[in-house]
Amino acid sequence: MSATLRDPAALPRLGWTLTALMLLWPLLQLADFRPAALFEPGNLAAMGHFLAGFLPLETSPDFLALLGRATVDTLAMATAGIALAVLLAVPLGVVLTRSLSVSAIGPGRGGWVGQAVRGAARMLLAVLRGVPELVWALLFVRVFGLGPAAGVLALGITYGGMLGKVYGEILESTDARPARSLLEAGSGRLAALAYGLLPNAGQELLSYTVYRWECAVRASVVMGFVGAGGLGQLMDQSMKMLNGGEAATILATFLVLVLAADGASEALRRRMA
Amino acid sequence: MSFTLEGVGFTHANGHRALAGVDLRVAAGERVALIGASGAGKTTLLRVLAASLRPGSGRVELLGSAPWDAAPRDLRRLRARIGVVHQAPPIPPRQRVVTAVLAGRLGQWPLWKSLASLVLPVDPEGARRELARLDLAERLYDRCDCLSGGQLQRVALARVLYQQPDLLLADEPVSAMDPALSELTVALLNDEARRRGVTLVASLHAVDLALRHFPRVVGVKDGAILFDLPAGQVSEALLRELYAAEGGLPLAGSPLPSPSPEAGPAAGTLPPLRCA
Repeated sequence: MSATLRDPAALPRLGWTLTALMLLWPLLQLADFRPAALFEPGNLAAMGHFLAGFLPLETSPDFLALLGRATVDTLAMATAGIALAVLLAVPLGVVLTRSLSVSAIGPGRGGWVGQAVRGAARMLLAVLRGVPELVWALLFVRVFGLGPAAGVLALGITYGGMLGKVYGEILESTDARPARSLLEAGSGRLAALAYGLLPNAGQELLSYTVYRWECAVRASVVMGFVGAGGLGQLMDQSMKMLNGGEAATILATFLVLVLAADGASEALRRRMA
Repeated sequence: MSFTLEGVGFTHANGHRALAGVDLRVAAGERVALIGASGAGKTTLLRVLAASLRPGSGRVELLGSAPWDAAPRDLRRLRARIGVVHQAPPIPPRQRVVTAVLAGRLGQWPLWKSLASLVLPVDPEGARRELARLDLAERLYDRCDCLSGGQLQRVALARVLYQQPDLLLADEPVSAMDPALSELTVALLNDEARRRGVTLVASLHAVDLALRHFPRVVGVKDGAILFDLPAGQVSEALLRELYAAEGGLPLAGSPLPSPSPEAGPAAGTLPPLRCA
């Protein structure tokens, strides 16, 4: 093979791959990652014993009534939390999107203003999602007391930070030419968003939002532990009373909710295709 | 004066000099064709005229104002008066034809009207009228991903017609069309400019189309203007010099027997593409 045909990118690629592996190895050591421990006989027996406690599922009418009530609470909390998150995320995500920048055309005047605003939005989003929802929840429980209100607010803030970042990134990776041509014909940012970016990005934005809703349903378990109500609180009580059957029924409910979210996302995507 | 360029130059970030010392003055209502080899600087020149590219040097005046000294709001108003037909139609595939055409007036509409039009088109009749001139009226409520490349380019053209700009720019507007349709489209652009008395500047790869339809022809070579003449005075020798690098004159092909500027494209020339 002649020397000129050799891919000039091959050697750097090999170098980067080796570097990544060399960085990963000490990290695994630090994390005390020993998968073999899972299969030691003593450990297998302990896990089996723990899991056996979950059977049979608890199906008494009293408990199911309680479970139904908690499920509705959790769904309400997750939905209200995501609604709040979307309200926070949409303006911040749009601000982050460079392909909607009018001053970038030319480039024109005032580009530094846009850069400063984008930087501030990026910081704000990092703070919102940088603090875990559990910490926000602990904070708000002190204001609103035990119950879903604190959970909704905590979910809304953390998930607003996540959604805003991802919305911005989805919009940036969408074909920028339609929006750009509208901006060049004098359209405003929001009109260019609605006519130029959303037709291409809408599907992905929606399915990511539904996925976050699914995460919020699960996150409400953590929130339940701080007394924010719903399935999480029920789970907390069952675990404390070592009632494995109840815990298993609650887990089955989560599985059903996740499957439902998946189905809803699929149906919405197909509708928008 | 529709626009004035004085000593306009532009160098790309990678050091490639796209325009150097371009002087061009065009009066309101003139119709000008830009011709030249690919990479000569025609697209860059049109982007400067569209107030979408700020030249590195020289002076630009468009429709009576200096875009790069204007306040952001005034620059937006100026851009709303300039319509550009792009080489590749900048239309999202999932958008409906009616929405894509109505988007031509986003620069003139207030935000509430733009958003309301997404729910229920505010001026379907206006969109249908422009589409009818391009023989696409019956595709009003189809999605753009059901259209062929040439049909999509005509939708983009309908959008610019609907915008009703005072300065009409076209960057290779017929690159995805067959010779007959190219002829009719260029004729339509000229007809529109004449009817509304607005300025038209179009870059065309096909020399014969330029010479047949435009009173004034500007030859661009290596980022500079080689000649700027009435179509009748463009000589064979000048064209050979302009296309020296390409080794031959690019032509659109045999024209129609007698293209009338009034007629839209003949119905028979359209591919019968339909979405279920």
